[in-house]
Amino acid sequence: MTTSPSVLVIGGGSTGVGIARDAAMRGFDVTLVEKGNLTHGTTGRMHGLLHSGGRYAVSDQASARECIEENMILRDIATHCVEDTGGLFVKRPEDTEEYYQEKLDGLRECSIPATELAAEEARRKEPFLARDIDKAIEVPDAAIDPFRLCVANAISAANHGARIETFSEVTDLLVEDGEIVGAEVTHESGEGNRVHGVEGSVEEIRVDHIVNAAGAWTGEIAAMADIDVEVRPSKGVMTIMNVRQVDTVINRCQPKGDADIVVPHETTAILGTTDEEVGDPEDYPEEEWEVDLMIEELARLVPILEDARTIRSFWGVRPLYEPPDTGTDDPTDITREFFLLDHDERDALPGMTTIVGGKLTTYRLMAEQLVDHLAEKFDVDTTCRTAEEPLPGSEDEGVIDDAMDDFGLRSPIAKRSAERLGSRTQEVLDTNEPNPVVCGCEAVTRAEVNDAIEQSGTDLNAVRIRTRAGMGNCQGGFCSHRLANELHPDFDEGRARAALDELYQERWKGQRHALWGRQLSQAMITYTMHALTMNRDRDPAGGGALDFGAFDSGPSNTPATGDGQPADGTADVATDGGRGDGRGD
Amino acid sequence: MAIDSDVLVIGGGIAGLSAALSAARTGADVRLVSEAETTLHHASGLLDVLGYPPNADGDGPVVDPFDAIGDLPDSHPYAIVGAGTVRDGLAMIDDVLGETYHGSHTDANALVPTHGGTVKPTARYPAGVTAGLASDDRDILLVGFERLTGFDAGVAADHLEAAGIPAETSAATVEFPIVVRDDAKVTRYAHLLDENPTVDGAGSDRRVRAALADAVEPSVGEAERIGFPAVLGVDHPAAIRDELEDRLGAAVFEIPMGPPSVLGGRLEDRLYAALDDAGGQIESGGGPIVDFDAEGGMISAVYMDRSGSQIPYAAEQYVLATGDVAGGGIDSDRDGVTEPIFGCHVPHPDDRYEWFEGEAFGEHAFAEFGVVVDDALRPMDEGGTPEFANLRAAGAVIGGYDYPAEKSASGVSIATGYAAGRRAAREG
Repeated sequence: MTTSPSVLVIGGGSTGVGIARDAAMRGFDVTLVEKGNLTHGTTGRMHGLLHSGGRYAVSDQASARECIEENMILRDIATHCVEDTGGLFVKRPEDTEEYYQEKLDGLRECSIPATELAAEEARRKEPFLARDIDKAIEVPDAAIDPFRLCVANAISAANHGARIETFSEVTDLLVEDGEIVGAEVTHESGEGNRVHGVEGSVEEIRVDHIVNAAGAWTGEIAAMADIDVEVRPSKGVMTIMNVRQVDTVINRCQPKGDADIVVPHETTAILGTTDEEVGDPEDYPEEEWEVDLMIEELARLVPILEDARTIRSFWGVRPLYEPPDTGTDDPTDITREFFLLDHDERDALPGMTTIVGGKLTTYRLMAEQLVDHLAEKFDVDTTCRTAEEPLPGSEDEGVIDDAMDDFGLRSPIAKRSAERLGSRTQEVLDTNEPNPVVCGCEAVTRAEVNDAIEQSGTDLNAVRIRTRAGMGNCQGGFCSHRLANELHPDFDEGRARAALDELYQERWKGQRHALWGRQLSQAMITYTMHALTMNRDRDPAGGGALDFGAFDSGPSNTPATGDGQPADGTADVATDGGRGDGRGD
Repeated sequence: MAIDSDVLVIGGGIAGLSAALSAARTGADVRLVSEAETTLHHASGLLDVLGYPPNADGDGPVVDPFDAIGDLPDSHPYAIVGAGTVRDGLAMIDDVLGETYHGSHTDANALVPTHGGTVKPTARYPAGVTAGLASDDRDILLVGFERLTGFDAGVAADHLEAAGIPAETSAATVEFPIVVRDDAKVTRYAHLLDENPTVDGAGSDRRVRAALADAVEPSVGEAERIGFPAVLGVDHPAAIRDELEDRLGAAVFEIPMGPPSVLGGRLEDRLYAALDDAGGQIESGGGPIVDFDAEGGMISAVYMDRSGSQIPYAAEQYVLATGDVAGGGIDSDRDGVTEPIFGCHVPHPDDRYEWFEGEAFGEHAFAEFGVVVDDALRPMDEGGTPEFANLRAAGAVIGGYDYPAEKSASGVSIATGYAAGRRAAREG
């Protein structure tokens, strides 16, 4: 075979980038298209839990076993994306002893390391646990950064020759002679790396095979070839706290239920979640009661959450799938297993395989099995190496320590920068240019921001997910315009301003669900700074022309209108209130 | 024994200072208490009266804010105190600020370039800002500093052009002559310019101001005025500006910045000094007011929490100038909105999701949270009766107007502070 089989992967979530990486490593000619930025759909909207499998140890042991295996693999290949927090399943007095025992047995049956802790031991580990908890089981849950994970996979895929296209939406599938032969892709307008070719152009990508990894949108893609894949999107809310109240993943030890997990993540903790089937993955209600439920229920495990500060809430949609005719009513009963649907076998329409279901923790395994399927199909005789080969950025932990000395940065900044950048630290931070902190909350420096801009152009939300800039207490209030400033002069001022407006609105969106107490104060401060101080809400730029001549041009110039007040401002001080009109004085 | 005064002002921002000043100037015994540091030094230093009419979608800035006051709804703080009081309050502040502020020569608003590159309408501005006004047609050079991320000269220059100002703009970004830490606060630059130390390593005894001028000089070209971010000194801004103007042969101006703001700090210092001169007692950084006594519908004392012990402060009259949700004068939780010291009524939608709009710059209800006052500025309960006969409100703690959208923050604070202080003194 002289040419490599070509594959188009639809979807830039963890599954899609994982497949792109694996397939590219095995010699396929890979193109990946994503309609938003990487992680746009489900991956960017999860609570960042790297499952130990404990969650499924009773109800879904096949998933539990996959989780613990993948958990261990990701700790090796993606060290810079994983924080080994450990996890606890905490039993409250009203939770049954019977289920606690089932959990313990299930963990052991699935070979998930589990240690029982008495209440005092658990509280010694996590001092903010409720006084009245009975006991806890310790498991190897961890926190994972889905953004960094996806970016690292995408970089690796590109390093192996893949073409990664974000802001490129599949608008049709090409079906010829009873076979899917490619896709029509519409490139969104935008700047920098967002655009390839002409803004808004439509491209036909013809390939040997298509992989439909579009998550919650899988059904919509399949429908373009008149195939029926019934995804059951299920929404879940996550509420972000401004500090880490806990350093361990805290799970409630009960069969299932809303609001049963707290995941520490970087400088925050994330409360989750609900599980409710929705009709449309793009348009579903985001409701007040869901946020209240998170706080009230989880405060039963960690009471200080009741009065703690939340900075925003967001919702994600799980692309759940179950084979036809299973007949499950409750989305929490739908399996978290994943499914490969080869449409040649299933629908007699060759040319495409759909992968659906699963979870972030098992993304690599899903990719491996999908690419195994492709390899068999195209008779490609290479084996999967993704379980052994580290992702870019994770190879050398030593650089993290060295970074502090090398770059003369204050240690918390260097430490956190290096954690974000992994083994790319030296390359990014070794600059002779001034390197001020651009985002104070998250200590993100100019070098990191510029590195991210090189990757993502004017898409400041992509810069944000790469660097965490704008994700702290002030939610971009203090740094969004600083981030936009970094776009100039490579991009003109109008584009920098549009990018700022887009980021500012995106940051506002999630904060709306945290607007009481201190976060409402923060929102008012931000609003004041951007509207009052900078006049961004009524910015004359881009609007109609102002009559500048009518306004004051300074005391030494001729006053523009009116006879005005005495120039020295002192002659007419009212000390008797005599000039008041009497209504208030 | 309670600490006594005729008038006790709670809150050290511009509303509290205006109230204390106006009361002290009538000869009353005035005490001002503020918790920790005030938010005034976060403010831009501009004194706005009214830049836009409320709910003015698409309407440009108003030229004459005093004229526009007549069109405001009756519930607006300006309508409550009246346009004459707005002028009187402003005249008092003009008097206090003297030559350090400009704008009183005309009723017209000035359009001031901001650190975001937009222009915003304002009634009064620091003298150092004057040469930068957007209605002036002299060519502008904007200067930024490499490590100062809050202001980008290139972005601001292009943005001013996009707004159509009648002047040509250009930009230069220079290294500040003494390389301060990569994330130094703006006050560090200001102090260096105040002190004007010798710059090391240049093989001469060149000082910071001269070295800064040298760094900018090659970029001046045809520009007749040069704008710097507002870091040109805390103590000696006029001298620094004069020296730079001499060396560069062009007018020099400052661009107001976000927090921490050097211009806001200068304004704060000046107003506190004026209150001190007027005989006001000042206790800033004491602690929060956490409790009060009342009898017969009158407040008899308030209690300051100072490191755990409660210190009573008694007065005849009280002015509440504690700010809005941003400043802590209005508090909220998931269930509702309150005025935390006296429990004054704060109208708000029951449903928390009606407190805001989906658009970042929408007409947010939270921006208008505050107490409702009668025509004597007394906070009223839900039934329209004054909560306490001897309590008045001033500034952002008063609700019902959206000062960021209107650009009316300091004007309302000055006018209501002035009126509340005078009334309190007269009745105290």
